[in-house]
Amino acid sequence: MATTAATPTFAPKEAASYGQTGIWSWITTVDHKRIGALYLYTALFFFMFGGLEAGVIRWQLAQPNQHIVSAEFYNQLFTMHGTTMIFLAVMPLSAAFFNFLIPLQIGARDVAFPRLNAFSYWIYVLGGIFMTLPIFFNSAPNGGWFGYAPLTTLPFSSGLNIDFWVMGLQILGISSLAAAFNFITTIINMRAPGMTLMRMPVFTWMSFVVQFLLILAFPVITIALVFLLFDRFFGTNFYEIAAGADPLLWQHLFWVFGHPEVYILILPAFGLVSEILPTFSRKPLFGYNVVIYSGIMIGFLGFGVWAHHMFAVGMGATADTIFALTTMLIGIPTGVKIFNWIATMWGGQIRFATPMKFAIGLISLFTIGGISGVMHSSPPADLQQTDTYFVVAHFHYVLFGGSIMGILGGIYFYFPKITGRYMSEKLGTWHFWSTFVAMNLTFFPMHLSGMLGMPRRIYTYDAGQGWDTFNMISSVGTLLLILSTLIFVINFLKSRKHGEVAPNDAWGAGTLEWSIPSPPPDYNFAEIPVVTSRYPLWDLKHPDRTAGIAHSAPDVMTITDAHAVPVHEETARKTAAELGIPMPFNTVKPAIAALAIVMMFGGLLFTHKGQFALAMTITIGSACLFVGTLYAWLTSPLE
Amino acid sequence: MASAVAHEPHEHTHYTTTGLDNRKVAIWAFIGSECMLFASLISTYLIYKGKSIVGPFPHEAWTAPDGHVFKAILNIPVTSQSTFVLLMSSLVMVLALAAVENRGKPGYAGTLLGNSKLWLGATAALGATFLGYQAFEFTSFVHEGLTIHTNLFGSSFFTLTGFHGAHVTAGVLWLLTLLSIDIKRGLTPKDAILVDICALYWHFVDVVWIAIFTLVYLIK
Amino acid sequence: MNDHAPHADREHEHPTWKQYKWVALWLTLITVSEVWIYYTSFATTSMFVPTLLVLSATKFAIVVLFYMHLKYDHKIFRALFTGPLIIAMCTLLAFFALFSHRAIPQ
Repeated sequence: MATTAATPTFAPKEAASYGQTGIWSWITTVDHKRIGALYLYTALFFFMFGGLEAGVIRWQLAQPNQHIVSAEFYNQLFTMHGTTMIFLAVMPLSAAFFNFLIPLQIGARDVAFPRLNAFSYWIYVLGGIFMTLPIFFNSAPNGGWFGYAPLTTLPFSSGLNIDFWVMGLQILGISSLAAAFNFITTIINMRAPGMTLMRMPVFTWMSFVVQFLLILAFPVITIALVFLLFDRFFGTNFYEIAAGADPLLWQHLFWVFGHPEVYILILPAFGLVSEILPTFSRKPLFGYNVVIYSGIMIGFLGFGVWAHHMFAVGMGATADTIFALTTMLIGIPTGVKIFNWIATMWGGQIRFATPMKFAIGLISLFTIGGISGVMHSSPPADLQQTDTYFVVAHFHYVLFGGSIMGILGGIYFYFPKITGRYMSEKLGTWHFWSTFVAMNLTFFPMHLSGMLGMPRRIYTYDAGQGWDTFNMISSVGTLLLILSTLIFVINFLKSRKHGEVAPNDAWGAGTLEWSIPSPPPDYNFAEIPVVTSRYPLWDLKHPDRTAGIAHSAPDVMTITDAHAVPVHEETARKTAAELGIPMPFNTVKPAIAALAIVMMFGGLLFTHKGQFALAMTITIGSACLFVGTLYAWLTSPLE
Repeated sequence: MASAVAHEPHEHTHYTTTGLDNRKVAIWAFIGSECMLFASLISTYLIYKGKSIVGPFPHEAWTAPDGHVFKAILNIPVTSQSTFVLLMSSLVMVLALAAVENRGKPGYAGTLLGNSKLWLGATAALGATFLGYQAFEFTSFVHEGLTIHTNLFGSSFFTLTGFHGAHVTAGVLWLLTLLSIDIKRGLTPKDAILVDICALYWHFVDVVWIAIFTLVYLIK
Repeated sequence: MNDHAPHADREHEHPTWKQYKWVALWLTLITVSEVWIYYTSFATTSMFVPTLLVLSATKFAIVVLFYMHLKYDHKIFRALFTGPLIIAMCTLLAFFALFSHRAIPQ
């Protein structure tokens, strides 16, 4: 985006400064900002695609006894809606912000391993295509996003559908893991001088916690999927009940991954609103330390609550009690954050710009989802609610009302930094209110139909069970949501070229990323800043008002001169070469390595067609290609 | 773009916040992640221990319905030897690292202790020997009637030890790569980080085997 | 949070050959005793499994502390390893508890 969106501020020099255009420069880029932009565009595409899948689902359910799609295709739709939204939309949207923001917020010139970063992106996009294409051939995954085995083993799901899911998830897992190692190293090791851990912006902190959840949760699903893959392709017995296998093995392994995954989806959004709220309230975040500790607490406890997804399977009173208690416990740090955000706004000079509207939207809607979540922590209540639309209502309030609201707010907030232009405030306001209304219209009635006993994942239903009106309202709401997303798309595309020009510090925020030009030059910081507090820019611009405020954590380091955080106006027109900053070379090797991995898995598909030799040729050939590319990659210099 | 710095190759030691090398931070995070990977595999093996409906079994004999007797399948003497081989490979690995780190220092220069090629080669050779033991073990199990399809024990045993074996294989390739660099241009104390991260991975694979040897082979 | 001193204690003295040979000897001795008790009548007592677990945990710790020189290295590495290890151990134990409960015939 840095290339395509001309910035009037530096327009004459801009092309020379960023130097790279054309599709090849995007395929070979290792710049974290461009990779972030690629993540953003790709994930928004998948977000719309998943939304359209939901649209068909709601069309089918709008009235009783409809047959818009076949029952078999309906299974594919709800499976791919969940899988797409979780793995191809919300996680990569968060990844877009990790990529774009983490180096800027900690005062670094790039991530620790720029080429590994490109590799993560290419794996993601190729894996996403791998999983999405089959729906056009009526052979998309159809076992639910949780893919419960033994339902997904060969005797019960003999088509290629589940194979696409197993391998697609395996591929996407590689992407997330590689990215997580990269960001952990970046945050530990690439912080600017003075940027102690307890001065890091909250978004970076929440991302830090998420990276640990990723590296600890994804190996578990990897193993569960390896078992399933082996069962399907090599005839092992992991989920073979006749051989004595335990039907709960998959469920336990899956949810050990699945519950931390929920926090992987929500914590980045929490981080984003923790940046938005202080900016538009003109106040430091209330209880910074407590927000950080709550985030860490959520991360730890997140590994101890998984079996609350399984109360209905009969684990026994002891296990039910323990998991009910840990689940109630994890509500505390989450609630603490809500109160911190409210207290941040309290007494502030609030400005209701679009990002702020979405942030407040998150607080109100996530709280509703959080409360219905705590209701599920009680096993007797959960037994009534499990597998009904009540649960669907709950997790859409936390994922749409939480994650998506936070991410949309984040897009409005950081759009000026990414492109150098504001998004339209007028369209943004329309977008917010239509989304807010449509979201509640869609998901609130599901609480009621769920309470009346409407089960999840049913293809159609008979009239006269009291669900008809609620389903109709939900479907109308979905249509509205699609229209409101259209407003967003128009706003996004129009503002890229024609939006109001934004200055460096578009909103009067306090963190480092706002000290550099918008869009940032490829080297980010002409001079690495020295950080002395949590909101360095506020100290610089309002020294009279920030002196003695709690956010300026006292430290051995003091401001040596007024320009401890240089505002880079004067250097903005210079290129990296002029400034003598070494930049990493563009390279296509990460993309080739990613392609090799996807082909390695894809080759295995031919074994089901009986073409074992062909399958092995493709798989082993791709493996060799991968190893070869890896050697070429590691032996070529970075910069 | 890099022309500005191309003539000063020693400039490549970047500033880091902690003063630690990025690659070493990443490899430790990777090892942390691998803990979870092997914990899942070992958990599954233990959960399925004793749940197999048909034999052969790891620690006790089994008589098939047709009267054929399968003896307890695990071969403790052979695996004890391969365990010892892997332990020794960790010893030569630390010697390889010490040799590279102390290249040219008194006590290392020109001595056996300073011969990094020998120690790197020995580590790779011991790793390959371990893999040879594993290949022997796997083939003899298949001959005795235990395959990955036979029962829960077969599935979980071959997958767990196979995953470990795959890690050893990757480690051997890594060591051979280092050895070839050492032969081509000689590893200097500045390259010690390359050996260090490989060594950390190698020892971790060893540590996983320590757990597997006890939990799978010795506990009945 | 003072993990911040640039170029901090990167090079504490790594252990030397003198120490390494003792480490190797201990590891061998523990392994030999593990295999030895496997063949004695001790293997039938209830103390067999706990003893083995303690012995292999000791081996595990020795390799991590000395060969992986975690004892001498930066505390960030210790945190990166022990945190995940604790979560992995807890998950393993929880799995063991959850599934052994299921083994009791209903």
